[in-house]
Parts: sequence; C-alpha cells; structure tokens
Amino acid sequence: MAKLLLYLTLATSLIPLFSVAFSPENPTDRRVLVLVDDFAIKSSHSLYFGSLTSRGFQLEFKLADDPNIGLQRYGQYLYDALVLFCPSVERFGGSIDVASIVDFVDSGHDLIVAADSNASDLIREVATECGVDFDEDPAAMVIDHINYAVSNFDGDHTLIASDDFIKADVILGSKKIEAPVLFQGIGHSLNPANSLVLKVLSASSSAYSANPKSKLSNPPSLTGSAISLVSVVQARNNARILITGSLSMFSNRSGVQKAGSSIKHEKSGNEQFLTEISKWVFHERGHLKAVNVRHHKVGESDEPAIYRINDDLEYSVEIYEWSGTSWEPYVSDDVQVQFYMMSPYVLKTLSTDQKGHYSAEFKVPDVYGVFQFKVEYQRLGYTSLSLSKQIPVRPYRHNEYERFLPAAYPYYGSAFSMMAGFFIFTIVHLYSK
Amino acid sequence: MVGKTESQNGAVKATAAPAMNLESDLFSNFSFKSFKLKTKQQELLLRVSILGLVYILAFITRLFSVLRYESMIHEFDPYFNYRTTLFLTEKGFYEFWNWFDSESWYPLGRIIGGTLYPGLMVTAAFIYWTLRFLRFAVHIREVCVLTAPFFASNTTVVAYFFGKEIWDSGAGLVAAAFIAICPGYISRSVAGSYDNEGVAIFALLLTFYLFVKAVNTGSLAWALASAFGYFYMVSAWGGYVFIINLIPLYVLVLLITGRYSMRLYVAYNCMYVLGMLLAMQIRFVGFQHVQSGEHMAAMGVFFLMQVFYFLDWVKYMLSDTKLFQAFLRITVTSAIAVGALALGVGTASGYISPWTGRFYSLLDPTYAKDNIPIIASVSEHQPTAWSSFMFDFHILLFLFPAGLYFCFKKLSDATIFIVMYGLTSMYFAGVMVRLILVATPAVCLISAIAVSATIKNLTSLLRTKSKTAVAGSSKGTGGSKASSKASFDQSQPFQKNGAIALLLGAFYLLSKYATHCTWVTSEAYSSPSIVLAARGAHGNRVIFDDYREAYFWLRQNTPPDAKVMSWWDYGYQITAMGNRTVIVDNNTWNNTHIATVGRAMSSYEDEAYEIMRSLDVDYVLVVFGGVTGYSSDDINKFLWMVRIGGGVFPVIKEPDYLVNGDYRVDKGAAPKMLNCL
Repeated sequence: MAKLLLYLTLATSLIPLFSVAFSPENPTDRRVLVLVDDFAIKSSHSLYFGSLTSRGFQLEFKLADDPNIGLQRYGQYLYDALVLFCPSVERFGGSIDVASIVDFVDSGHDLIVAADSNASDLIREVATECGVDFDEDPAAMVIDHINYAVSNFDGDHTLIASDDFIKADVILGSKKIEAPVLFQGIGHSLNPANSLVLKVLSASSSAYSANPKSKLSNPPSLTGSAISLVSVVQARNNARILITGSLSMFSNRSGVQKAGSSIKHEKSGNEQFLTEISKWVFHERGHLKAVNVRHHKVGESDEPAIYRINDDLEYSVEIYEWSGTSWEPYVSDDVQVQFYMMSPYVLKTLSTDQKGHYSAEFKVPDVYGVFQFKVEYQRLGYTSLSLSKQIPVRPYRHNEYERFLPAAYPYYGSAFSMMAGFFIFTIVHLYSK
Repeated sequence: MVGKTESQNGAVKATAAPAMNLESDLFSNFSFKSFKLKTKQQELLLRVSILGLVYILAFITRLFSVLRYESMIHEFDPYFNYRTTLFLTEKGFYEFWNWFDSESWYPLGRIIGGTLYPGLMVTAAFIYWTLRFLRFAVHIREVCVLTAPFFASNTTVVAYFFGKEIWDSGAGLVAAAFIAICPGYISRSVAGSYDNEGVAIFALLLTFYLFVKAVNTGSLAWALASAFGYFYMVSAWGGYVFIINLIPLYVLVLLITGRYSMRLYVAYNCMYVLGMLLAMQIRFVGFQHVQSGEHMAAMGVFFLMQVFYFLDWVKYMLSDTKLFQAFLRITVTSAIAVGALALGVGTASGYISPWTGRFYSLLDPTYAKDNIPIIASVSEHQPTAWSSFMFDFHILLFLFPAGLYFCFKKLSDATIFIVMYGLTSMYFAGVMVRLILVATPAVCLISAIAVSATIKNLTSLLRTKSKTAVAGSSKGTGGSKASSKASFDQSQPFQKNGAIALLLGAFYLLSKYATHCTWVTSEAYSSPSIVLAARGAHGNRVIFDDYREAYFWLRQNTPPDAKVMSWWDYGYQITAMGNRTVIVDNNTWNNTHIATVGRAMSSYEDEAYEIMRSLDVDYVLVVFGGVTGYSSDDINKFLWMVRIGGGVFPVIKEPDYLVNGDYRVDKGAAPKMLNCL
C-alpha cells in the first residue's frame, strides 16, 4: 500500500514534467514503457537498456500480464514509446490490447516489437497491423547454412550473422557498422500493399525460414533476401515502429565470427546497430520541422492575401533537423516547391543558404484560381514534410490593363478623324448656303 | 384583396367610356369645355387612384411569404445575388466590379464581376443607399427581399402606359390590374425571390414600351430612352437576347408587309446602335454582342435597313421605274450575297461564335435532352405541361386569342408588335417552364385588349339603349367596329338583357380570376423552398428548417477554409449561409468540373476518395429527404449526377445504376448504385 502511494505521488509529481517532454518542439521520446515476459530480460539485455538510460530515457519495466498497466489515463498518454519484449504473451494485462496499441501509434507514439520463434498470436497480430507478416509456422526460424555465426559447437545454423543493412545514414548513423549483426529468431516478410514499411536488415540470399528440428518436407515459404530480419515503419503521422523477429538480438551476447570469414570481431555489430536504430526510432535523428513559411512579392516584405497573375513572388521556408538536443539547420539541395492548382503549374527547387533557410523566386502563371504553395518532402528515413499554403490568384483589375495599345492606334486615329470630319461636315452643311 | 381587385375591374369598365367620350368631344365641341374639363379632372383622378391601388395591390399580394415565414431570401440563385449585393454595399462598386471570388468553384475560382448581370445588385444597392441617405436604417436583406415586389409594382405602371400606347387607357388599366396579380409573374417576384427576373421583366416591358413609343412617334428621344431601357435589361438578365431578336424580327415583318417608314428607321437604328454600345459595357456581354450568333439577326436587319433606305433614296432620285427595277435587282442580290459571304467567312474563321446550347434548346425542345444534360437536369427548363399554363394564366388563356382577334381587327405598328411578342413568347413558354414569365406581360396586355374592347362594346350598347340622345357620341367612342356592332345589335330585342348578362358573366370570370390568383399566390408561390412547410396530421403547419440548420452547423463547426463538396444546387447557399468554399455551384459555367463532382458522387468509395483528394475536399454535403418524403433530395437527383458525370467521363454508364431499366433505391437496386458514394 505504501509502495503504491509512493508510486502515485511520484507519478503525479512527474506528470507535469513529463507532459512537456514530448512535443513538436522537442520530439525525442522520454518516457518508455517496456513490457517483458519476465524480469530476467532486464539483466540479460542490460547493455541495450543501459544505452537507452544513458541517453536520458526513463524506462519503466512491467510484466506484460501485469493487471495494472495502461497506456493512458484520463485521455492523456503516460508514455511516449512502447517496447514490447514479450514475444510469448497471449493477453496483455490491464487495458492494453491490439486496438489500444494501434491507437497509441496512431496518435504519433513510437513502438518497438521484438518477437521470437513461438511468438504468440497477439504479437503476430500487432506485427500484422504494422504491415509485416511473421512466418506462419510457429516453430520456424531463420536458417542460413552459409552466413551463420561460428560458435563453439556445430549448431543448427539458426544463429546467423547478417550484414545486409539498408543504405541510409539517417537510420543507421553515418559510421559504418563493421561487424555483422547476430540474429536468432523468426523471419518476416513485408506486406507488399504497405508502402511505409522498410527492410533495415535483410537475410542473405542463402537463408530460408523453416523448423530446424523437423525434416524439411515442403519448400520453405520464405526464402532468401525476401526474409526481413529487422524492419521499420514510419507512419504518415511520423510515428516510428521497429519490428524484429529476434529478442535475443538485443541481448548482451558479444563476439562473432561469420562463417567463411577469417576476421573474428571482438564485439558483434548488435550494439552499434541497435543503438543507432533506436536513436532513429526514438526521434533523435531524422526528424525535420519546417517553420516560417513565407511568401511575398519581390521587393516587398508583407505577405499579401491575394496575388495577381504574372506577379513575381518569393517563397521561403526554414527547415531544421532535430539532433537529439537541439534543432540544427537541415542542408539539402533537393527541396522543391510547387505552385499547385489541381496540377503543379510551377515546380522549382529551393536554393539554400546552408543555414536552414530555403527560398525560391518565380512568376505567378497566367492563370487565375486558388493556388497552393506545396512542399512535399519525403526522403528515406526522414519525417515527411508536407506543407501547403493556400493563396488565391486573381486576374487583372479593370484599370490594370494597358491604357493605350500600340496595335490599336489606327482605330484611335479613325475614331478621332471621324469625329473631326463629322464636325467639319456639320459646319459646312449648316453654314455654307 | 379579392374584393379590391373586383372593384378595380369594375371601375375600369366604368371609366372606359368617359375616357373616350372626352377625347372625341374635346376637339369637336368647345362650348362644353368648362363642363368637360371637370369630367376630365374626374377621370384623371379616377385613373390615377385606380393605378395607385393596383400599384399597392401588386406589392402587398407578394408579401404572403414574409407574413407566413419571415423576411428571408428564397430558393438557390437569390442567395448568390444576396451575397454579391452584400459585397457591393460593403466594398463599393469597383471592388465588386473586380471581385475575384475564391470561395466558389474551388480551385478554379470565379470572376464574379465579369460573369454576372450586375443590374439587380446595383439596383438593390442603389435603393439601399438612397434609403440610408434619407436616414432610414434598413438592413440590406430587407431591401433585397422587397426589391422584386417593388419592381412588380413598377411593372404595372409600365403595363398601363404600354396598354395605353397600343390600344387605349382602358386597356392599359386592365392590363395593369391583370399583370399585378398574374400568377405567372408572381411566381418569380414574391418577396424574397431576389432574382434577376424580378427586375428584368420590368426592364423588358419598359424597353418594349419605349421602342413601340419610338416607332409610333419617330422621335429620337424615345428611341434613346428605349436604348437605355435595353441597357438596363442587358445589365439585369440574360433574357435580353429575346429583345435583341424580337425587335429585328418585328422590323423585318414591318419591312415585308410594306410598313417601312422613317419613324421605324429612326427608332430602330438609334436603338440598335446605342443599345449595342451600351450593352457592350456589361463585362459579361462584352464583345459577344457583335460576335455571337444570337446577335447576328439584329445586325443583319440593321444593314438591311440601310439598304432599304438607300433604295428609297435611289427611287426618289431615279424617275425611271424600269431603271429602278434593274437597280433594285442588282442591289438586293449583291446585298444578300455580301451578307451571306460575311456571315460565312465570320463563322468559318471563328470570329462569329455559333449559337450556344441554351439558344438551341430554346428553338428545338429536344436538343437539350440529347446533348446537354446539365440544361435538361433543371426542372424549370422542362417543357411546360398544359396544366401549368392553366395554373399560371387562368382565364387569360381564353382571353388571349380573343385579344389577338381584336388586334388583327385594328392592325397598326403597335398591335403588330404586341401580336408578335405574344406569339413568340407563347412558343418559348411552351418550350421551357420558366419562360412563362416572359410570356406573361404579353398575355396580360393582349387579354386586357380583349376585356377592354368587349366591355366597352357592351357598355356602349347599354348606353345607346338607355340614352338615345347621346347615341352619336357613343358611336364615336367605341370606334368604327364597336359602333357598327352596336347599331347592328339595336335591331335585336334582347340586346340590353343580353349585354347585361354578358357583362355579369365577364365580371364573374374576372372575379374568379382574382380569387384564383390570390389562392395560387398564397398556396403555391409563397414558400421559400429553403424552409419546408407541411401540413401535419391535424392540419397544423409543420416547419422544417433543416437546410438552414445544416448550413449553420457548417458555419460553426468546420474550419474557415474547409472545402465542401455537394451537388451544385446547394453551392450558392453553402457559400452564402455556411460561408465555406464550395467545389461547384449554381453558376454552371464549367461542365467538366460538375462532371468531376458527379463522378466522385457515383464512384466506389476508394475511387471517389482519390477524386476528392485531388479537389482538396474536406466535407461532403448530401441531402436525404426520406423520412419526410421530401422529393428533391440527392437520391432523386442522383441519376442526373450519373448522366452529367457520364457525359464527360465515359467510364460512368447509366445502365450500371438501373435494374432492368428501372431506377430503384431499395435493396433491389443495382450493385453499383448501392456501393457508390
């Protein structure tokens, strides 16, 4: 009872502090709920958890079937991220279920799912919601008879050493991962209808997914590099999800020698790989924001409510990337702006001053209507930027046309000569008698 | 109200005879001058008071809707007019003239100033400003609501003068009384029906009156006035095309029947040239007036007039008839050849645009159905049923042929005009329901001639019988025809009783007309269609205000820049009342855009989603009237969405939505119908 009271006071005193932790201004997660099957994982995976705590995350460990767990209270989420290290759980305790996890992600929070062979239907269901399908055979594991990790005894080659990483610095950091990553667990495939899910670590072409204990009677359903070992999803609301079929990947095991390779690494690549990818998942990297979207006529500084056709205008936006502690200028040369009305009328690459300020000058097309300035910036690993700003474009006013057209001078001349002629004719006709 | 109308009709008949008495006697008999002046004053007083009563009657008979519901704008288009008028009064004329509206036709936008007829808005704003100047603190909405009744009252005055011009002042008074309560006109001019037609009928009749006056007098001033009347008409309504085709047709008929005169030449040339120049100042018309096919008839007749005049002059100069005959032949052939060549070259080079679909559909009632579903989809563009003729004209329908008979009996330039106006507009009224409105003034005038002439004959009969002493003067009054009839009837023994019976019959018919008009106005034409009323089970009135509630929901619960997609009927109301951007509205200028919306409405949800994303749609408004049995909901309009969508995008096929050729909306409906948006 006293413990509960202490917990409550602690929680209530921290809530105001935490509630500002995750915000558009400061997108890194702070409060992480880790659901485990048993607390032994806490020590067996201590290296990974240690790297998280050292970066300032507050981890809260709970048993997956703890009846008191819940993701939100009074409509407020208590956590910024959820880590599911509970592959065998059949039913979550408390108020958590698949729908509430999906809602959690839908409201922009992050998720790490680690399955294992014999993963429960519940974890499979969560994974399916995220766009990946684990091998349907519950006893199947990824087997690779060529790229396995050499160990003391000749095993069944389910501990594989993989180094087939995605080539994206923003996800895995700029430092190359030298050592292969140890993986032991179930493989999964990506749902082809889901365009948001990415393979980060895929199996080699000689891998296949089957039950190592039984004889292979049918050809395995998942083979080669179609097997994904680690996948990430960046949802449309920029929530990030990491899915892997191996819980032991996060463990403290070290030292690896890839079969067929003479180099024996003292440390496996797991630590570096997982540290970097969790930096990405927890929004310490690759999170962009655009501020100060402005546009004005060339030579003016105020933003008009409406443009006229053929005006020259200048559009500018500032883009920053979150570095984990502060907003740094984002530098790229491929940010484009569209001047859009049902289709882009102007498509222009923004020029940058290397300090995060992007700008472009262009002429409004000779078409009136309701246009939009659109910046659709989607790059691998970065959060997507989708800016649109509506602006109507009007035609000329009645007094903005040219007053005298050179082409029409013959007509002016004829009109005035006609008038003069008529006047003279009248005088002659009336007074010449 | 009924009683008042009757008394007016009675009074008209009573005054008709003295009016004529006076005119004939005034010049012949100076000895009675002092006495006659008195009757003249009496008669003038009577005439003015009758006209005044008719003026007031025309106004108050249109106020049913204000009394029943409230002072509000009706229907669909008036909401747009109201919104623009509001803009005009708030921002001033130049802003209005250059107004680019980004709230309608998203994302194309609409240049309001260049795509509307500003006459109505400027008129209402002018009335508003005048009232404000006189320190009457009125709201612009009240002005808008009452503009149409006010102009209906003015129309009665014009009708009086027109009737006086073509027949006599008695016919004018009857015409004024008829048009004041004629349901065909009331349908478009009740309080709250703030639409172009309300002002345009006044302008139309005014233009015609001034033109006939100009033809009768040959005066430049009247022709000038009619040009300005035409300008007002052009600024008020697209129906001005009727004027610019009817007048040349009339001139052509006069030329063919050998009634060409200098008066006609002056009237037509002045009216056409000045009217054209003025009409081109309206941005929506602009160069169409010299370039489009609808206006070519007027230009052709204009040149024909010059050829006629030239020939006249040559005939005057040449004394030799043979030589003139040869010259005539050459000139006419070359003139026709040059005209045909110019028209051919102009059409081929695209300088003269061909006739528009609406014009075609007027001439050929089946054209729109086959080619332009968007025109055919509007209920007021349907061919008229005979019952609605009866409904809108009542006894005028029978009096119309009688009036034509009288017109033919006493043929003049003016009566030829009214006959042509009546016949052409009756044809158009048969083609489209809404054009009954254009026919109404003609029908009223011609019927008024019939009533006035008949009653005058009958009363003069009575007079001759009772007072043989004034038989001579009475003979002068009724005109040659009437007096001959009267003298013929004198031989008959029952003629007095017969005349009394006929008069009573006429009064009975006229009182029936008045009752009918009041009933129609109160029951059929005074409901604002945006607020629905129904009789409950106990005869009580139930009011459904769902439309306005929906629009206010939009106004208060959606972000200010939200885009609402709906079928185009509701576009104007959403922008005016909901203050939200719409994709399409009642100004159906871009068929493709409407078809896109129709396609979105009639596609499967996932396809529709893509279309709507491309249009940035945030909300969709659909109307369902199933519970109350409201018949003009979107389910009913759905087939038109399919047809209009299919007209541009052939992937949409009407048979997909039908079951064995039937349109069903229950569970037996076609699968595509059930699964679409």
